[in-house]
Amino acid sequence: MTRALIALATLLATASTAAAQARTDFSGNWSAGTGNFEELPLRGDPGVEAGEYVGIPLNEAARQHADAWQPGMHSLLEWQARPHPVTYSMRAPAPNFRMAPIINPDTQAIIGYTIENLFGRADRVIWLDGRAHPSKYAEHLWQGFSTGEYQPDGSLRVTTTHIKYSFVHRNGIPLSPYAQMTEIYKRHGDLLLIAIVVDDPIYLTEPLVRTSTFRLNPAQQVQVALPFEVFDEIPALDRGKVPANPLGFVDTRYAEINKLPLEAARGGAHTMYPEYAKRLTELMQQRPSPTLSSER
Amino acid sequence: MRRSGIVLLLLGVLGGAPAAQQDRLSTQPGLPSQPDSARPQGIPTKPAARPAIPVYEDGTIEALHVAGNVYLVAGGGANVVVQDGRTGLLVVNTGPAATGTAVLGGIQQVAKKPIRLILSTSADEELTGANDLVSNAGANVNAGIGGAGGREPARLQGAPIIATEAVLHRMSGLKNEPAREPFGTWPHLSFYGPLSSRTFNDEVVEMRHVPAAHTDGDMFVWFRTSDVIAAGNLYSTITYPVIDVNKGGTVQGYLNALNDILDIAVPKFNNQGGTLVVPAHGRISNESDVAEYRDMFTIIRDRVQAMVDKGMTLAQVRAARPTLDYDGIYANPKGTWTGEKFLEAVYTDLTRNRKK
Repeated sequence: MTRALIALATLLATASTAAAQARTDFSGNWSAGTGNFEELPLRGDPGVEAGEYVGIPLNEAARQHADAWQPGMHSLLEWQARPHPVTYSMRAPAPNFRMAPIINPDTQAIIGYTIENLFGRADRVIWLDGRAHPSKYAEHLWQGFSTGEYQPDGSLRVTTTHIKYSFVHRNGIPLSPYAQMTEIYKRHGDLLLIAIVVDDPIYLTEPLVRTSTFRLNPAQQVQVALPFEVFDEIPALDRGKVPANPLGFVDTRYAEINKLPLEAARGGAHTMYPEYAKRLTELMQQRPSPTLSSER
Repeated sequence: MRRSGIVLLLLGVLGGAPAAQQDRLSTQPGLPSQPDSARPQGIPTKPAARPAIPVYEDGTIEALHVAGNVYLVAGGGANVVVQDGRTGLLVVNTGPAATGTAVLGGIQQVAKKPIRLILSTSADEELTGANDLVSNAGANVNAGIGGAGGREPARLQGAPIIATEAVLHRMSGLKNEPAREPFGTWPHLSFYGPLSSRTFNDEVVEMRHVPAAHTDGDMFVWFRTSDVIAAGNLYSTITYPVIDVNKGGTVQGYLNALNDILDIAVPKFNNQGGTLVVPAHGRISNESDVAEYRDMFTIIRDRVQAMVDKGMTLAQVRAARPTLDYDGIYANPKGTWTGEKFLEAVYTDLTRNRKK
C-alpha cells in the first residue's frame, strides 16, 4: 500500500513538474534588432507604400477602402495621436518591448503578462487566469483584449479580440472591429518567435500570417510614456472635411516605381502563395505593364 | 522550407486554416501532403473557425459599467443609458415597448433605486416605446407637491420624461402623423433651444439639441463629470446613419452632430478612453470610434455628392457601389435600416438640396 502511494505521489510530482516545465517564462526585455528582417519595410518607418497590397489577402471592399486612403487623413485632429492596433504594433515599427509577469500575491502564480513600450504606448495585458473576454458591448481598444493558454510544448497561445476598427497596414488596408488575432509565443533560448495570425471576416478572405523574431536584451530600457501631441497640421482643413481619394482612384505609383504588374500590387490571397510566381513571371513578360480591366 | 509550407505549418500549430482555405491549400500544386499521423502531438487537427460577427440586441439583457456614475443596459431593442446617484436613477431612452419589462430588470441590476427622470433622445418608437412602463415604475421627486385640494394641481406620480419640443410635437400628432399611443410615452417636459442643462445626482447633465440630423428633434446627452455621452440615434457602431428624410433628417445635420460630439470628446491618452460615447445601437465607443464613423459618412457623402453633381440616377449611384468598403460593418442587411435604405436617403437628401 505504502509503495503504491509513493508511486502515485512520484507520478503526480513528475506530472506536476512536467506541467511546470511546460510553462515557459517569457519575462524580459525583447528587442526587434535581431538581424532578421522578415518584413524589412515594416521594421522601419513609415511602413509599406500607398497602393501596395501585394501579399495581403484583402477582399474587394478592403481594396476600395485602401484606395480612398490619403496620408492627409492622419492630419485630422482625431487621427494624430493614434497608436497602432495590436495586430500591427507587434510587428512594426521595430517593437522593443518589455514582457513582465503579473503575479498573484497570494499564490505567487503568474496570472498574466504585460507587454509594454509598443508604439503609442498601447500597452497590452495577456491574461492567463482563464477569465472571459469582455461583453460585445464593451469598448474596443488599440491593444484589444488578450487571453493566453500554455500549450503542451511550453509555447503560449494568445487570443485577442475587441480590437479597434483600424488597419492592417498604414496605407489604408482596413481591419474591422470583428477581427481576431491569434499569436503563438515560442522561446528558443534568448530568441523569441511570435507567430501572428490575423483573421477578419469583413476585410480578409483568408487569415494573414506573419512571424517576427526578437532577441533578449537585458540592457534595453523601456521609455517613459509620452502622449502624442495634437496640433492643427493643415490650416486649410476645415471642420468636417475628411481627406480621401475619389471613388475609383487607383494609386499606381508603387507598381510603377517597383516595375511590378499592377495586378500584383493590387494584392489578394493568391499573391501570398509561391505559386503566384508563375503568374507574375507571365505578367512581367508582357510589356507595357498591364492594367486591370476592372479598374474604374 | 517553402513559404507556403511555413504557412501550412503555422496554420497547423494555430489550429488550422478555415475549411475553405484548407481545401484550397490542399490543392496547391507541389505541396507535400501531410497525414494526420505526421502531426506533432498536441496540435489540433480541426480547422479554426473564422471570427464571428456578434449579434447585438439578441434579447439577452446585460448591465455594464460605462464610466463614473453611468451604466449601459444593453440587449433589448436599443441601448439604455442609466445614471446612478443618491437622488435615484436617470434613464436615457427606454427601448421599444416589447422589451420594456426586460429592460426594467436590467435597470434594476444597476441599482435598486427609484427611477427619477427619463430623457428621450428622439421620438423613435424603438427609443420611447417603453417610456410609459419605465415612467410608471419610477417616482417623481416632486410627486408630493400639489393635489388634494391644495393650491397646485397634482403632480405626475411616475418619473417625468424630457425631450425636445419637436419630439413632443411629433409624438402628440402635430407633425402630420398620428399621435403616439399610449399617451404616457409622450414627454412631460420639453425644450426648444439648442441646450437644456440641469444638475442631477450631483452631476451636470447637458441635453444638446441637434436640429435636422437623424430627425428634426434629436438630442444627445452629456454627463459632464462621468464624461459619458449618450448619443441616441446620432451614432451607431452597427448601422449606417439613420437619416429619416421624411422627419426632418439631413445628411449635413447628422454630420454636424457627429462633429459636435467630437468637439466634446477628449481621449484620456493617445486616442482612447476619456470621453465614452454610447450609441443607441452597438457598443461603447470613444473619440476615435466616432471619428471613424464621421470619416465613413463624410467619405460616402462626398462620393455620392460627386455623382449627384454629374446628374447620375439613384440606380447608377447604386451600381457604382459607393458604400462597398463599409457595407460589411454597417449595411445591416437583416435589420430595419439597411445599406440600401441609407444610400437612398443620402441620395434623396443631396438631390433635393441640388434642386433648391
